[in-house]
Amino acid sequence: MVVQLLRRTAVFAVSLAVATVAVFAFMTVLPGDPARVALGVNATEEAVAATRAEFGTDRPLAVQYADWVSGLPVGDFGRSYVTDTEIGPQILDRLLVTTWLVLAGTAVAVVVAVPLGIAAAVLHRRAGGALISGFSQVGVAVPSFIAGILLVTVFAVRLGWLPSGGWTPPAQDPVEFLRRLALPALALGLVQGAVLTRYVRSAVLDVLREDYLRTARAKGLTPIRALLRHGLRNAAVPVVTVLGLQLATLLIGAVVVERVFVIPGLGSLLLDGVANRDLLLVQGVVVVLVLAVLVVNFLVDVAYTVLDPRLRRAG
Amino acid sequence: MRNAGLWVGAVLVGFVVAAALVSFVWTPYDAVQVDSTTRIAPPSAAHWLGTDVFGRDVVSMLLVGARTTLFVGVVAVGLAAVVGTPLGVLAAMGPRWLGELTMRTNDLVLAFPALLLAIMFGAVFGPSTLTAMVAIGIATVPSFARLARAGTLQVLAAEYVLAARAAGRPRAAIAVRHVLPNIAGLLLVQASVSFAIAVLAEAALSFLGFGTRPPTPSWGRMLQEAQQLLYSTPELALWPGLAIAVAVLGFNLLGDGLRDRFDPRLADRR
Repeated sequence: MVVQLLRRTAVFAVSLAVATVAVFAFMTVLPGDPARVALGVNATEEAVAATRAEFGTDRPLAVQYADWVSGLPVGDFGRSYVTDTEIGPQILDRLLVTTWLVLAGTAVAVVVAVPLGIAAAVLHRRAGGALISGFSQVGVAVPSFIAGILLVTVFAVRLGWLPSGGWTPPAQDPVEFLRRLALPALALGLVQGAVLTRYVRSAVLDVLREDYLRTARAKGLTPIRALLRHGLRNAAVPVVTVLGLQLATLLIGAVVVERVFVIPGLGSLLLDGVANRDLLLVQGVVVVLVLAVLVVNFLVDVAYTVLDPRLRRAG
Repeated sequence: MRNAGLWVGAVLVGFVVAAALVSFVWTPYDAVQVDSTTRIAPPSAAHWLGTDVFGRDVVSMLLVGARTTLFVGVVAVGLAAVVGTPLGVLAAMGPRWLGELTMRTNDLVLAFPALLLAIMFGAVFGPSTLTAMVAIGIATVPSFARLARAGTLQVLAAEYVLAARAAGRPRAAIAVRHVLPNIAGLLLVQASVSFAIAVLAEAALSFLGFGTRPPTPSWGRMLQEAQQLLYSTPELALWPGLAIAVAVLGFNLLGDGLRDRFDPRLADRR
């Protein structure tokens, strides 16, 4: 297992490094000269040269990359070419908001998917099971931003129970924070819950066919008790893996949901950066999102290796 | 009915394809024609689903929007299949280092979800249908490459392939004659599932303003424009939302149904 973990860590480290190179190359080499973009087409060569020196884009690309990447671990993402402000603090502020949204969405997904998935598996080949599977199939087809618009229509416009958007930090007003978090979290979580329901159902179905469950039932346990006592822990391994991988999807889904609910998260920062042609800011947000995806995938990989004894032996 | 999902999926996809085809020869009104005299009209005999904030007929926009959606899906999934399939086959049949390199690159591309890649493309090249299609296509390549590799490895272990190799058939001939026909079913399933993802991605991108540009109608942008009017006419958001969900559901069901048909062992697990 140790060898396998070391190998995975090495692959992860290389992936991180290559991902930063890919993002840097794409955002720096392709768009052309940020100094010229900032000054416009009528700027003199001298002015462009001075701005290049100010931005540091007159240095060799390798030096620029090393400078940028060495700042990442300490949250230094450079200064914006457009607003001349530090990018790091903005990203960290917004990351906190997005993290709340993603965690709340995950909680909703788990609360929806675990009971529904188990019920769908236990009611396999019965009307109830088919109904739950049908609902989850429809849920998978509704993207979170459409779910968000529907939820706003019902709970904000028609019923007036919850605000249609905006953000209040938890430290400022915890109740208002929860009220504003509710609809976006539901929009993200219900859709992910629909996806997760299918995996929970599939994992529980697998477990239900296992010999140890038959033995437990032969010893006199009811099907539900046998499942609760012996089955769920085993069904949890693949479900936790999928949940981890879904975190990455949730993170990207949050970009769109933030736009629907006017939430000042990482997604909104990214889209504002694109609208303002603030490429260094876009580069910073993209690298944070990509690294988050890679880190989550790596942790899932490690957790899977540690949790599943068969994989442990394989190492 | 054993494979009801396949048929429901086929009907829903057929419905979207029919809408797109009909839009080439007929729409009730010009889908891009702005008419200030009929702004936000409720459904009527003249405008079955009403008009939007610019007075455009919603039915006409939905029909032309189906064309946009399918166009993006076909190009993006086509690009992914054309690039990803040979990569996967090569990764399985070529030298070991090539397979490793392809799969590691695959993993790296997977860290860039379609939406994020399309926003990056939009930031650098400017938002357009083309950048959206290319970005969605590139983000989908790993799915095809991975599947093609796994399928190829399975086919290569078959006895008739061993016989062909023993008879001295060149690798390229084995790939074309034995591998591709045998993995075509798997790839078809992947194409259907990827199509659903492409439809979702295009809708999300157009919703964010990174996909199809005005005045070309697209379901995602219809939704974005309707969001401004949620307090007065929420039903305007309902139609494009429903269209997107129907298309995604259709392709998902079709993909699942085809998978069951090609691999009946998996049918019970969904």
